[in-house]
Amino acid sequence: MLPSGTYNVSYSQDMAIVRTRLQWVVLVAFLVALFALPRFASGHVLSVLNGIGIMLIAVHGLNILTGYTGQISLGQAAFMAVGAYTSALLTARLHLPFWIALPSAGVSAGAVGLVFGLPSVRIKGFYLAMATLAAQFIIPWMFIHVRADITGGVSGMVVPPASLGGFIFKSQESMYFLVMSVAVAMTFFAKNLVRTRTGRAFVAIRDNDIAAEAMGINLFTYKLLAFFICSFYAGVAGSLWAHWMRAINPDHFTLMDSIWYVGMVIVGGMGSTLGAILGTTFLRLLSELVMTVSPQIGRHFPVLAANILAALGPMLFGLVIILFLIFEPRGLAHRWELFKASYRLHPFAH
Amino acid sequence: MTNLLQFLLTGILVGGVYALIALGLVLIYKSSRVFNFAQGDLVMLGGFVTWTLVARLGLPLWASLPVALALAWVAGLLVERLALRPLIGQPILAAVMVTLALSYFFKGFTILLWSADRRVFPEFFPTAPVKLGEIVLSQHLLWTFVVSVLAFGLLTIFFWRTKAGLLMRAAAEDHQVAQSMGISVKGVFAFTWSIAAMVATLGGLLLGSINGVDPTLGAIGLKAFPAVLVGGLESIPGALIGGLTVGIVEGLAAGFIDPSLGEIAPFLVLLLILLFKPQGLFGLKRIERV
Repeated sequence: MLPSGTYNVSYSQDMAIVRTRLQWVVLVAFLVALFALPRFASGHVLSVLNGIGIMLIAVHGLNILTGYTGQISLGQAAFMAVGAYTSALLTARLHLPFWIALPSAGVSAGAVGLVFGLPSVRIKGFYLAMATLAAQFIIPWMFIHVRADITGGVSGMVVPPASLGGFIFKSQESMYFLVMSVAVAMTFFAKNLVRTRTGRAFVAIRDNDIAAEAMGINLFTYKLLAFFICSFYAGVAGSLWAHWMRAINPDHFTLMDSIWYVGMVIVGGMGSTLGAILGTTFLRLLSELVMTVSPQIGRHFPVLAANILAALGPMLFGLVIILFLIFEPRGLAHRWELFKASYRLHPFAH
Repeated sequence: MTNLLQFLLTGILVGGVYALIALGLVLIYKSSRVFNFAQGDLVMLGGFVTWTLVARLGLPLWASLPVALALAWVAGLLVERLALRPLIGQPILAAVMVTLALSYFFKGFTILLWSADRRVFPEFFPTAPVKLGEIVLSQHLLWTFVVSVLAFGLLTIFFWRTKAGLLMRAAAEDHQVAQSMGISVKGVFAFTWSIAAMVATLGGLLLGSINGVDPTLGAIGLKAFPAVLVGGLESIPGALIGGLTVGIVEGLAAGFIDPSLGEIAPFLVLLLILLFKPQGLFGLKRIERV
C-alpha cells in the first residue's frame, strides 16, 4: 500500500521500488550507516554481521527457489560447499585472482545445482526435498573421498585471503566491506529478478504449475533456471565463506545448516526479499543470544550447566520454526507489512 | 563367494533395523501424508528413555520396556496434538519443515537431559558372534533382526485383524470418506503418531543394545529415508523390502567397492529411484503430470 497522498500517475512511478522521497532518505541513510558501522563496532560485532551477510546471500538464493518458485531444497549448504571448494581450489591451487574465483564459484555451484535440480522436472514437493537431501550427503562425501589429495579430505584445506587489485581482505573489518558490498548487490539483483518476466514465471509455477504450463511457461527451463540461480547464490556465499574463514572442511556445510537456511526463509516470510533479510538477521541474532545467555542460565541451574549451550540452540530453533509455522506462516515480512499499513493509514482504521 | 554371502547376510541384518525405522515413517505417511523427518530422533529419544529406565533406575528389561513404550505413546500423542494438528491443510513445505524443526528440538532436548555422551546398555543378548561355516554374524544384529521382523508381523496382524487397524486403513484410503463414515481422522492421526513413537522406541532399544545411545543416533533415520522411497511411501511390506534392499546395497557397496561408499550408497539408490520410479516399488501411483 502506498503512503497516503502518493499516487501513481505514470508507469515508471508504478514500477519504481522506492516511491517517496522519505524512502530514498531512509534507504541512503541505511546504506551509509551500513558502511560506516566498522568505525564504531567491535571485531565481534563485525564477525557476527559478516556471518549474517554471507548467510543472507545463501538465503536470498533459497528464497528465489523455495519462496518464489515453490520448489523445496534441503541442499543449500551442499551447494555452498561447492562454491567454497571451487573458490578455494582456484585461489589456493591454481593461484587465480579472487575476482575470477568468486563468479566461478557461483557458476560451478549453479551447474551442480542443475544436476540435482533435474529430478524437479519429474517430481515435486516432498519427493524433490528428498532428491536435494541426497545432494546434501553425496556432495560433501565427494569432497572427502574423491581426489582427497587436492581437497584435503576430512581435514579440509587452507584458503588464502581474498584480494582485489593488490588490496588483501585480511581483517574482519576489510572483510565486512567485501561481504556487505556483495550482499547489497545480490539483494538488489534478487529484488529486481522477481519483478521481471522470469520472476513472474517463477511465481506462476509456484501457484499452479499446470496452469503455468498451459499459459506457455516452459516448466523445464524455468525450474532449472530457478535451481541454477539458487545454487549460484549459494556458490557466491560459499566463496565468501571460504575466504572469510580462511579454512574449510566438509563439516562446515551439513544438513543442519541447510535446514537453518530453510528456517530463515520461513521465519522471514517466503517470497519476500525483505523477509530473507529479516529472517536471516533474526535467527542469527537468536543464536548469538543463546551464546551469551546460556552461561548465565548455567550459573543459576548448575545441574544443566554442562549441556545448556549445546542444547538451547537446537531447541530454540526448532521451537521458533514450529511457532512461526503455526502462528505466522507468512513470516516477519508479513508482520512488517501489517505494521506499515497501520501507520500509513493512521489515524484511520481502513 | 564367502565374501559375497558375508556382505549379503550382514546387509540383510542391518536392513532389518532400517526396515523397523522405515515402518514408523510409512505408518505416519500412510495415514496423514506427513513425512516424519524426526523419526530418527524419536529412535534416539526412545533409546535414551529406555537407557534411563534400565541402567539408571535398574529396572529389568521386562518392566522397563512397557514403561518406555507407554511414555512413547504419550510423547506421540503430544507431538501430534501440539505440532502437527495445527498444520493440517497447510502447504507441503509446512509439513516438511515442522518435522525437521521437531528433529532439531528433540536433539536439543536430549542433550539437555542426557548430555552428548554415549550411554551403554547392559548386555541383553549374548555377545559371541554366530558362525555359519565361514560366515561370521554379530549376534546383536541377529537378535535385532529377529525382533524387527517380529514387530513387523505383529503390526501387520494389528492392521488386518483389529478394528483400530481397520480404522487406520480407512483413514489412509481417503480422509473425507473416512470422516463421513464416522471415523475420527484426527484421532487416527494421533494414534498413528503414538504407534510410530513406540516403534521408534523399540528401535532405539535395539540399536542402543548394539552400540549404546548418543545424540548422533538420530542420523540412523536418514538411512531409513531411502528405504521408504524404495519400498514406496504407502506400503508396509514395502518398508520391509526397502529396508532390506538398502541394507544389502550398503553392505555390498562397502564390501566390494569402497568401505566409505557404504555411507552414501543408499542416497545414490534414492536418486535413481526418484528419477526412474518415484512412487517406489509398491507405492501408489498418482497420475499427475508436471
